Amino acid sequence: MLEFKKPQTLKDKPFHYCPGCGHGIVHRIIAEVVEELGIRERTVAVAPVGCAVVAYDYWDFDVTESAHGRALAVATGIKRCRPQLAVFTYQGDGDLASIGMAETLHCANRGENLTCIFINNACYGMTGGQMAPTTLIGQKTATTPQGRAPQKGEGYPLKVPELLANLKGVVYAERTSVDSPANIIKTKQAIKKAFLNQIEEKGFSLVEVLSQCPTVWGLSPVQAVRWVREVMVKEFPLGKIK
Amino acid sequence: MRSKKVFITGNEAIGEGAVRAGCFFYAGYPITPQNELTAFMAKRMAEEKRIFIQAESEISAINMVFGASASGVRAMTSSSSPGISLKQEGISYLAGCELPAVIVNVQRGGPGLGNIGPSQSDYFQATKGGGHGDYHLIVLAPGSVQECFDFMFLAFNLADKYRNPVMVLLDAFLGQMAEAIEIPKSKIQISNYKKDWALTGAKGRAPNVIRSLFLGEGVLEKHNLKLQKKYKKIRDNEQLFEIENRNNSEIVFVAYGISYRIAKEASLLLQEKGLKVALFRPITLWPFPYQALKSLAKDKRAVFVFELSYGQMVEDVRLALGESLPVYFYGRAGGEVFTEKELLNFVEKENA
Ligand SMILES: Cc1ncc(C[n+]2csc(CCOP(=O)(O)OP(=O)(O)O)c2C)c(N)n1
Ligand code: SF4
Repeated sequence: MLEFKKPQTLKDKPFHYCPGCGHGIVHRIIAEVVEELGIRERTVAVAPVGCAVVAYDYWDFDVTESAHGRALAVATGIKRCRPQLAVFTYQGDGDLASIGMAETLHCANRGENLTCIFINNACYGMTGGQMAPTTLIGQKTATTPQGRAPQKGEGYPLKVPELLANLKGVVYAERTSVDSPANIIKTKQAIKKAFLNQIEEKGFSLVEVLSQCPTVWGLSPVQAVRWVREVMVKEFPLGKIK
Repeated sequence: MRSKKVFITGNEAIGEGAVRAGCFFYAGYPITPQNELTAFMAKRMAEEKRIFIQAESEISAINMVFGASASGVRAMTSSSSPGISLKQEGISYLAGCELPAVIVNVQRGGPGLGNIGPSQSDYFQATKGGGHGDYHLIVLAPGSVQECFDFMFLAFNLADKYRNPVMVLLDAFLGQMAEAIEIPKSKIQISNYKKDWALTGAKGRAPNVIRSLFLGEGVLEKHNLKLQKKYKKIRDNEQLFEIENRNNSEIVFVAYGISYRIAKEASLLLQEKGLKVALFRPITLWPFPYQALKSLAKDKRAVFVFELSYGQMVEDVRLALGESLPVYFYGRAGGEVFTEKELLNFVEKENA
């Protein structure tokens, strides 16, 4: 019999995210993985600065906040001192791939035994929809009103798992999405693998999740899902990169 | 306690003091004039099977310390002026999240890249904020290599006691000069503070959350008022200072760290000439010992403040004394150090 119930690792609190936002889906996936692996009592999450800063309102395990972009440095400090813990970061694309790129690269390069969940919504959600390093070419944001234009010096969409895959310290890098039940299941499998790698002391694992941000994209939740499927994946192909 | 005498630099004394005070985690990034400390920690932390990380930047180092402290261990970082500037956001987060940590600043000349000479120009940054928001660090200023060692115990204890970051503020001179100091032979027993707030996994308890974000009307104000209450308690209980020649002296010298040593030499020269000088050395720069200075200066003729800056601590001295008596200031910065003769000349000129 199939039973749909809330995992014990989620608090009894409705998500505050906008309707159709991907954050809530990924929060839940992580909660399910932590529960299924039986590691709730030794899990510590490092929340970012971004829409998901208040993740501690939802996850029913130990959580710390971290300064904008520094989640992987904070996670390094926790994990080195208490290696028995399962430590993961949850970061947006502004947090991880812009202001925190140095921390990201060097944490991965040290091969820290950590799990990194990277939410790519192609924009800065929390601050009102500015360009992120992952913003698509031509995509309009608050700071690229004409659409992102590399020829104007606005750069190209940054592909984090591809970049990190070159580093010896990285054992696993995969890109998934949450635009369909099938892809949600794949995301869950990837996140589970990223946790298992840490439990088996293999090294640094990163899962990039393409995540809907209907509010900034100016789309309905249904259109947003379609945009991930039809537009975003062309720039950010799904699958295992390493 | 039986102890042994060793001849080491201030930077090494800080490292040894930290190790013996139970520092379990150190992260740092190379910068002169504190490189001896980072290298010392690389060696000693490995010997003790503790954690040393050369971080990719000072920003990363302070945030690693944030994580280590959140996990409940004693954690520290060290740097020099430009690196300490980079750490300021992290220090503000530590204060906001009420995480204990020790930050050592071996000051050099500024602003900008400045130079690697000794300086006391980061006093404002250390004692008046530095990072954003209403917070305070406890700031300790050692005046000798022995105190570099001793104050690390004090620093870690105060940090744990108040769940607050503590800064140990010295300068290139003190960091790099060697003196003979007493080091206890036995391993020192460190006091254990209960850290039931630490992130150790939510086993048999509700989840712990470390945060400085407080949304909703009045919620952050409530948190801020709680911090202010803590700062008042620290002000009331933790002021440290040293006074020499309290009685029968006409004037007062106020200085800290290496400047105090030079001021003391100058006072001896003046004494030979018949002018008796009282010496006041704040040891906690925050909380600044206003009251103690005020009561010392009450029956004196004038106060002289000496700093390796263009006048930072002197503002606290003036706050303590108001218009009650003249306050003269002499300072040099940019990595230059005044001599006792220079101070003597200044005093004789002003005191004429
Ligand atoms: C040092 C610092 N700079 C800037 C900000 C403002 N800020 C808050 S969240 C954010 C970007 C968030 O975007 P992202 O990481 O993509 O997460 P999302 O909100 O899209 O989930 C910025 C720039 C900050 N809090 N701290
Ligand atoms: S702004 Fe975007 S990322 Fe933030 S909660 Fe709303 S939909 Fe989600």
